[in-house]
This record gives sequence, C-alpha cells and structure tokens, in this order.
Amino acid sequence: MEATTYNYKVVRQFAIMTVVWGIVGMLVGVIIAAQLIWPDLTYGIEWLSYGRLRPLHTNAVIFAFGGSALFATSLYVVQRTCQTRLLSDGLASFVFWGWQLVIVLAAVTLVMGITTSKEYAELEWPIDVLIAVVWVAYAVLFFGTIMKRKTKYIYVANWFFGAYIITIALLHIVNSMAFPVTLTKSYSMYAGVHDAMVQWWYGHNAVGFFLTTAFLGMMYYFVPKQAGRPIYSYRLSIVHFWSLNFIYMWAGPHHLMYTALPDWTQSLGMVFSLMLIAPSWGGMMNGIMTLSGAWHKLRTDPILKFLITALSFYGMSTFEGPMMSVKTVNALSHYTEWTIGHVHSGALGWVAMISIGSLYYLIPRLFGREEMWSVRLINVHFWWATIGVVLYIASMWIAGVAQGLMWRATNDDGTLTYSFAQSVNAMYPFYTIRLVGGFMFFAGMLLMAYNVWKTVAAGRVVNDARIPEAVHA
Amino acid sequence: MDAGLIGSVITVLFFLVFIGIVWWAYHRDNRKRFDDAAQLPFQEDDDAGRRPSEDHPRRAQ
Repeated sequence: MEATTYNYKVVRQFAIMTVVWGIVGMLVGVIIAAQLIWPDLTYGIEWLSYGRLRPLHTNAVIFAFGGSALFATSLYVVQRTCQTRLLSDGLASFVFWGWQLVIVLAAVTLVMGITTSKEYAELEWPIDVLIAVVWVAYAVLFFGTIMKRKTKYIYVANWFFGAYIITIALLHIVNSMAFPVTLTKSYSMYAGVHDAMVQWWYGHNAVGFFLTTAFLGMMYYFVPKQAGRPIYSYRLSIVHFWSLNFIYMWAGPHHLMYTALPDWTQSLGMVFSLMLIAPSWGGMMNGIMTLSGAWHKLRTDPILKFLITALSFYGMSTFEGPMMSVKTVNALSHYTEWTIGHVHSGALGWVAMISIGSLYYLIPRLFGREEMWSVRLINVHFWWATIGVVLYIASMWIAGVAQGLMWRATNDDGTLTYSFAQSVNAMYPFYTIRLVGGFMFFAGMLLMAYNVWKTVAAGRVVNDARIPEAVHA
Repeated sequence: MDAGLIGSVITVLFFLVFIGIVWWAYHRDNRKRFDDAAQLPFQEDDDAGRRPSEDHPRRAQ
C-alpha cells in the first residue's frame, strides 16, 4: 500500500543530534582556543593535547554538526518537495545509526592519536570504509526517493543536495585510498606532491560541496518557506547550480601556492577560484532578493534574521576566498590566522547560521508545535551568534595580517626583523578576543538547546504528517 | 595535437556548454515550467499552524 505519511522519525533524530553535536564540537573549539592562550590548560594529558583536539573539533563541527544538519534537512526537503515518503524506513535508520557510529569512532580514535594526518580526512581506513557504506546507503535513500516522486519536476534544492551526495562519495573514496598495514594504520596510495594535490582537491571540495552546495540546498528551501514567497529567480538558480559545481572542482590548488606543485597548476587553481565569485554571489543575491517586497519581515522574524545573515556572511567569505587565492595575497595570508578567520566566517557565519535558522523552522514542525517555545530566545541567540562571529573574524583578520607582515619583515642587511616567538607573542590579545567571540557563539548553542528542550517537552512527536493527495505540476 | 591546443579546445567547448545552459534556463518556452517548479515548496500542507504567508506566494511578474 502506498504510504500516506512522511518519515519524520529520521529527520527528528538528525535534527536533535545536530544540536547535541553542535554543542560538543564548539565546546572543543572553545577549549583549543583557550589552549592557545594557556598552553598548560589540560595539564599535559596527551588525549587532550591541542594536536589531538584540533582534528576532533574540525571533524565534529563539519561532519557531526554540519552532517547531521544536512541529513535532517535533505531528508525532510526531498520528501516534502517530491510529495512522497522516503524510499525505505530501514535504510533511513541505517543511515542515522551508521553515521552516529562513525562520529563516536572518530571521537575515540582521534583523541587516542590514531590519524592519517590528512586534514579533514584524518580518520583511519576502517572508519573510512564505514563512511563509504553509510554514504552509499544515503545516496540510495535520497535518489530512490526522488525516483518515486509524485511531482513532475525536481525542486532546485534537491539538485544541490544531489550534487553534494555524489561529489562527497567521489571525493571521499578517491582521497581515502590507502594501503592498510594494521587495523589502525595505513599509508596513502599517493606520494609526494600528488598526495598533496589529491588531498587539497578533496579538501577544497569538502568546503565546496559539503559546506557550500549542500547548505545552498538548505537555503533554496528554507528561505522561500520562511519568507513565504518563491525563490527570487528559479532560472538564476539553474545557472547558479551548473556554474558553481563546475568551477568548484578546480579550485583546490590554491591551498598549495608556492609549493612543489607545478606553477601552471597553481595558476589554474587561482583563476578558477577568482571565477567562483560570480556563481557564489549570484546564489547569494538570489537568496537575499527572495525577500524583496517583504523586507519588513526581517524586523520581526528572528529565523529570517538567521537565514539572511547567513547569506550575508556567505557573500563576505566567498569574496574573501577568491581574494586570498590570488598569489600575491596568498603570500601574505597563507599559514597565518587570516585563514582561520576566513574559515570561521564561512563555518560560523554561513554554515552554522543557515543550519540554526533552518532548525528553528523545522523543530516545531517535527514536534507538533506552531513555533519554538520562545521566539524571544531565538532573537537573543541571533545576537549572541552574530556578535560572536564578528569578534572572531575581526580578531583573526588583524592577527593574520600582523603575523604575515612580521614574518616577512627584513632588516637592511637581509636578516629577519622578528623571531618566530615574537610573532607568537603578538597574538595574545587577538587569541583572547577570539576566545570571547567563540564562547559567545557556543553559549548561543546552549540557549538553543534549552529552547529545543522546552519545545520538545511541550510538543508531541509528529508521525502523521500527511502527504498531499492532489498532485500538482 | 599539443596540450595547449587541447586545453584551448576544451575551454571553448565548456564555454559553449555554459552559453547553452544560460540559453536553456532563460528561454521563453521554458518560463512556465521553471515558474511551476519554483512553486513546489508551496504545494504542500504546511503542518505548523502558521500559514506560509499573508502575501500571495506567486510573485507578480
């Protein structure tokens, strides 16, 4: 018999875990930010050393927090815009529990010091295999649902989610190719500069597809829904989709400027990175202009504030990124705190804020409430988060430029003006401001958890959301 | 053929594909299907009490 309701269970599970993993991942971020100011903070306990907690932080916020948010929203959006239930409830449960297992295994192995040392791909081969299996199950679930859709067209949000699912499978499998030695140790199949290039082809597309394309899918559904009007230009969204996905694939070499990578490859990466401004800004304008004629809603609706501020940070970081990929700018910015500022402008300003806004839309609907327990708390969260991001990125910009200038300063006789330790010493005030900003963002997540808790407690679990009977265009 | 020529040919080909996509997206004949697709998020029962909007969802064009 044809299902008459949507599968909200898996959406609910992932939505709740997004908040949980967001708090965990950001707490680890706050701890390592504090370690940079007080290096002895964790009493030299090896499991809590900076080198082990840093990959734990990045993996937790990207794959646990961001990943859960993407699973929740993509599986919700694909059902509602295809007007059909997920392909399989069993597969949905497998994806949820499989992904949670990956996260737990990651947390355990990383603090034990088990790592491939590839950035954002630190997990050892057995976990990589598990990720690949869960990911393929997710792809079958998502595309299987699209294939049994009752609507004529595939909504643009699903195109973005689909591109992300295919690309992440490709990136993960190619970059994780390794020769296993023991259960906890493997060697990459690639060597030398090839290894570096494959790694940053993966690394930049993790940013491009995991942290951008997928979250744009979120944007293309939740911004129109919350604004109560269709996307500004659906046609622009098509051009946006194809050009963004085509160009992102080639931008990886900008992580390897002035290295052993061939010069022409570096230039190629730079040119493609510069071209990325066009589709990035096209997409941002498309989202923001959806509000045209309804700007007044921004004054009263804190969820829209989150969504539109996220798009503004997206615009800022996608302008900054291409600039930083210009070789001469990169000569100053690379290896400095500026990069950290840029990443967090994207990760906190764009990724986290669009996820938080979408969750505030989603959670009441999953628990049979009209809105969150407290709309006022959403507003407070918005301001804490915004001020937190601004403190974070402003301090890291100044720190990074100062660092870059100190490193390159030379005396008349050609010797370096500053020792490395002097440049580290100059960072203290900026590290402190960053810690304050990061803590504010983290505290906002605690507010969110409280608000979610109260909403869930006052609500009921929704399992009977009906699929519309009539099929429209 | 040397690598430079192959690179040039591929660049021109991709550019033509891009022009094709823009032409397709903005072609007059496709206007209705894309306008219809843009309405997809609104052709569903909203399960929360709040209606999507007091505005008419279809923008005046």
